[in-house]
Amino acid sequence: MKTMVEEIGKTVEGDLIINVGPQHPATHGVLHLVITLNGETIKNVEPHLGYIHRSIEKMCESLSYRQFIYSTSRMDYLSAHINNHACSMVVEKALQIEVPARAQVIRVLMDELTRIASHELWWGAMAMDLGAFTPFFHAFRERETINDIMEETCGARLTMNYNVPGGVMADLHPNFVTRVKNFLKLYKLKIHEYDELVTGNIIFQNRMKGVGFLSAEDAISYGVTGPAARGSGVSCDVRKHFPYEIYEQLQFDEILETAGDSFARYMVRLREMNESIKIIEQLIDMIPEGDFQAKTKAVLKLPKGEFFQSVETARGELGVYIVSEGGTTPYRIKFRSPGFSNLSALNHMATGEKLGDLIASMGTLDLVIPDIDR
Amino acid sequence: MFSLESLTTIVHIWLNKTFQPNLALLLEFVIVGVLAITLFAVLGLVLVLMERKVAAWIQIRLGPNRVGPKGMLQSLADTVKLMMKEGLTPDGADKFLFNLAPYIVMISAMMVLAPIGFAKGFQIWDINIGVLYVSAISSVSVIGILMAGWSSNNKYSLLGAMRSGAQMVSYELSVGLSILSIIVLTGSLSLNDIVLSQQNGWWIFKAHIPALISFVIFIIAVTAETNRAPFDLSEAESELTAGFHTEYSGMKFALFFLAEYINIFIVCAIGATLFFGGWMPLHIGSWEGFNHIMDYIPSSIWFFGKTFFLIFLIKV
Amino acid sequence: MLKEELTIIIKELLPNAVIEEAGEWLNFSLEATEFKQAALQLRNFNQMPFDFLFCLTCIDWKTHFTMVYHLRSKKTNDNIVIKVKLNRDIPEIDTISDIWRTAEFHEREVFDLFGIIFLQHPDLRRLFLTDDWVGYPLRKDYDDPINMIKL
Repeated sequence: MKTMVEEIGKTVEGDLIINVGPQHPATHGVLHLVITLNGETIKNVEPHLGYIHRSIEKMCESLSYRQFIYSTSRMDYLSAHINNHACSMVVEKALQIEVPARAQVIRVLMDELTRIASHELWWGAMAMDLGAFTPFFHAFRERETINDIMEETCGARLTMNYNVPGGVMADLHPNFVTRVKNFLKLYKLKIHEYDELVTGNIIFQNRMKGVGFLSAEDAISYGVTGPAARGSGVSCDVRKHFPYEIYEQLQFDEILETAGDSFARYMVRLREMNESIKIIEQLIDMIPEGDFQAKTKAVLKLPKGEFFQSVETARGELGVYIVSEGGTTPYRIKFRSPGFSNLSALNHMATGEKLGDLIASMGTLDLVIPDIDR
Repeated sequence: MFSLESLTTIVHIWLNKTFQPNLALLLEFVIVGVLAITLFAVLGLVLVLMERKVAAWIQIRLGPNRVGPKGMLQSLADTVKLMMKEGLTPDGADKFLFNLAPYIVMISAMMVLAPIGFAKGFQIWDINIGVLYVSAISSVSVIGILMAGWSSNNKYSLLGAMRSGAQMVSYELSVGLSILSIIVLTGSLSLNDIVLSQQNGWWIFKAHIPALISFVIFIIAVTAETNRAPFDLSEAESELTAGFHTEYSGMKFALFFLAEYINIFIVCAIGATLFFGGWMPLHIGSWEGFNHIMDYIPSSIWFFGKTFFLIFLIKV
Repeated sequence: MLKEELTIIIKELLPNAVIEEAGEWLNFSLEATEFKQAALQLRNFNQMPFDFLFCLTCIDWKTHFTMVYHLRSKKTNDNIVIKVKLNRDIPEIDTISDIWRTAEFHEREVFDLFGIIFLQHPDLRRLFLTDDWVGYPLRKDYDDPINMIKL
């Protein structure tokens, strides 16, 4: 077993080893990258994980099927609702619970709002990584509106904990529809600023184009999913390939770019926000009446067996794998988190490029560290 | 009429009358030194506040608004905070160079001030190779930055310093060449002569396309030379945390910070002198009446107005 | 593709695979010794190359370990699940990180939390926990009286 000291010891004379993180402005959390540099050219990127490892998988083994859902809010906290959604769905799948139509629509609406909020935070944070401070505030202006909507209906702004097996925890707030419509209006009024501020900027384009190239084959081999893979031309949207809830009936496009560089990944996310807006527009006027929650037993017991459910979070494919022994708690839970697989491609993408390009690559992978460490 | 030239003459005559010539000269040195430091301190405070307020306006937020009326005293409070802080020296650092570096950066920034004409007849040193002097001294600050990066014994600092060095050396060329076009037009290296040569119109209007091109090059290159965004590679917040001054704290950091703002002021002052006629009021060829009216505005206001306009241009 | 059709194809390709009936997707188990060869065959299967390893994990059954590999073919969007039973005393299996590169990280994770040794893995070290950590937390017999809270 090699320790970190030995690893540093084996480097060639003249190499420079720098530690990016665990406290570093560009890693957005406690990610620790040990980077071997030759001049400013990257020779190797070695992630050291575990600074925020809480062993959520082990914790879930002692939580009941109603409780374990909410520990996943703390994984990818930017798409907390989508994580909860995946967990609720795997329980529903095992127990064959029919989710009422209203609950399904509410869940999808919330999913898409979460996705927009997550992408907006990413947009601001990534622009900040590249040295532009202003976009961060512009992104937060719209994101705050979404957070307010969330707060009103779910009671929380970030870790919503709104899903329960069989539906959602509470009905929509009466203001929900008007506030979402206001948000849509605001978004359409302001979205052009995103392009004007960042996308069209020649400095930004020069720093993004051709940087952090990831071919389609490599993306598949490294298990990259989500917008990061779609920037390489890999069609991998779970909402399209393995539709869940009511996604099958909705009109939206899977955004694909083929360039495979940071700019392509950037464009995918930016255009994906518009697709989410399209979904919300289709649903907001036709939320069906009825129950928001199916009737379930107080104590849930999953039948013996193995259950897997994938959803598309803002970062990629999140898989929840439950092995049940028939009890009230899962025997084993595995979360296939998108960030973990996406991170494994970072070394491949960054090797041979400059240190500044690593920031662009890392920014467009959209890493959320608790999602990687779990 | 109000003029800074008469003020300096009065002081000069009075000093020479009261003391013997050598002592008078020495006293004049002291006065100039104190004035320069005061100017720097005030400039630092004003520029920081200006930047924060303008940035806040662009970023749809309020900016400093707690200390003093409309947050005017915020930068003063920050200065006090920085002075109270402990100036840490890392264990592995080269102590002598580490402590020397901020002073070199600061002193080189102060020295560039000498040949700049702030107003008509208000100039510290009318040196006949003024432009050459300015570009020579402003390159010295790179030594201070390299020194800071090397002596910190920090890899981020070293990378930042190397980037800064490489950037300054390469952009110095473009600055030199763009300045050269004005020197060719004027036929003199003295900054005073350059200002006087713009009596019947500023070079930016008078010299048409060559001056315009060199002005654009000048603005871009000095932005790079002062390490401002988008040329802030040496500080590259997101990659190198803070570049060459990662390890500095307290007043030593404040000196770097101040030197950066002073450098912005100086390059903008040089730009104003070369392209916008320094303290020379807006004159148009032979429109005697118009020129006369313009002369009523004091030359110092012309100078600072142009300089701050350029600072605004660089920052935004 | 239906599960039944897929079963026939896999049976032809891997005659030694033991097909399980349960589960949403096609489950089959293999011996640890022949796993690597089968993995290569699946990856290079012309009709539907299983090129996307989207989940790799392990289950501790107290008597033995089971490695679980979820594979997807990007061409046909079919999922299969491979299970490999491992001896609890000598938990060793061939690495597949040279076939699916995402496995390099996933195998390190499994090594870290379960203590499975992946033979010929290029860089088998602990991933989340510190280098001097004793024990493998996700095993059922792992006990940490200080940090673990039992409900």
